[in-house]
Amino acid sequence: MMAAGGTPPTPMAGCTDVLAHWPGNLAGKERAYLDLSGVGELRGVRWTGTHMQLGALATYWDVVTDARCVAEMPLLVAAARTIGAVQIQSRATWAGNIANASPAADGVPALMALDASVVLVSGNGGAGGLEREEVRLDEFYLGYKKLRMRTGQLIEAVRVPRRPRSVSIFEKVGARRAQAITKVGAAIARSDAGWRVVANSVAPTVRRCRAVEEMLEAGAVVRSPLGFAAALAKDVAPIDDIRSTAAYRRAVLGRVLYFALRGKAGVV
Amino acid sequence: MPDDGLIEVPLTINGAAVSVRVPPTDRLLDTLRYRLGLPGSKEGCGEGECGACTVWLDGLPVCSCLVPTFQCRGREVKTIEGVDAATLAPMLESGATQCGACTPGVVMMARWVAEHPEILGSHTMRELLAGNLCRCTGYDGIVEGMARMVGPKGTHHGGADSTEKKSRGERV
Repeated sequence: MMAAGGTPPTPMAGCTDVLAHWPGNLAGKERAYLDLSGVGELRGVRWTGTHMQLGALATYWDVVTDARCVAEMPLLVAAARTIGAVQIQSRATWAGNIANASPAADGVPALMALDASVVLVSGNGGAGGLEREEVRLDEFYLGYKKLRMRTGQLIEAVRVPRRPRSVSIFEKVGARRAQAITKVGAAIARSDAGWRVVANSVAPTVRRCRAVEEMLEAGAVVRSPLGFAAALAKDVAPIDDIRSTAAYRRAVLGRVLYFALRGKAGVV
Repeated sequence: MPDDGLIEVPLTINGAAVSVRVPPTDRLLDTLRYRLGLPGSKEGCGEGECGACTVWLDGLPVCSCLVPTFQCRGREVKTIEGVDAATLAPMLESGATQCGACTPGVVMMARWVAEHPEILGSHTMRELLAGNLCRCTGYDGIVEGMARMVGPKGTHHGGADSTEKKSRGERV
């Protein structure tokens, strides 16, 4: 822990967000940080019969180079390869992407589309032992940068259920292909659990587009990008900011979904 | 942490064991350049966009501007100073460098690919170089130099010759 102040410490792992413009952006904040990087138990990708589990220190590169992820969860690999470049992927963690809670996070939509959950761990008030709580990622964000997480809880792992997915699509629109932050993004998956359509950079949090999911479940006929407009009006709430405009994001998300899904469900 | 606020960080740099005492705010890039006399790694953007500060940490390329030095305890760092200059001839001959600001980072990435040519089975050289910005060369010289540095090992994986020429028109 460093620079102890009055606030609870912010966990640090890959530091690709925390150290940008460091230490200039540290000075005003008087924040305390808790370095997790030495905790070996939190590293890497683990597989059980039912789940793939990312430790809190698992990086994008861990997933890109995991042969089972490449074969079984290509959505995660596709997302990871669009994030920064190798120098970032080798350090940045999935758990950090979740905790940083950016609406533009690229790892989060991919995980959410695969029905991931977050394992939170906390001390038992000094009584010894640990308490764990598992929260679905699609219920983890309460608002902009607001997490369903109490002081004293730490993300220990991210769990993704293993199940066959007949559709895995990751789409990202940025200023260019590499090193860009998303203006409009979507992760789409289909399994026995149903359709999952998750969008980023179009709302205060990464979120599921449930009205679009219902259209796909129902096989509603969609003949153009505008066919998603009514559903997206319920699902997303984009804003104008330094990277794009609300109007662009709304229009482009409809096009991204339409062209990604053409030939699937009722999309013709 | 001792009373002076400095943290003792033992680590291996270019094969040699060293120990530095650094403030907790030191980035690996600062420690290399200003405490260890290794100024080869450059600071371009200071936010992980440009790759000029690329070094290897435990064998993987990282932006040293985004690594707190205290996280390097017991770990292994390789910098541009640890690269055998003789291996750089293909890059020099291919016009991979002009002003030189990006070159240390580019070389660290190119050498990494040369030592891990299996990555070319899944990645193009341009994707692997996406984190190294160069404002002089237009990149073709860099990609060509990297392909020549990787040599025939890369072509077995469809990297150097087959994939790269086709991807010339891609946006990077």
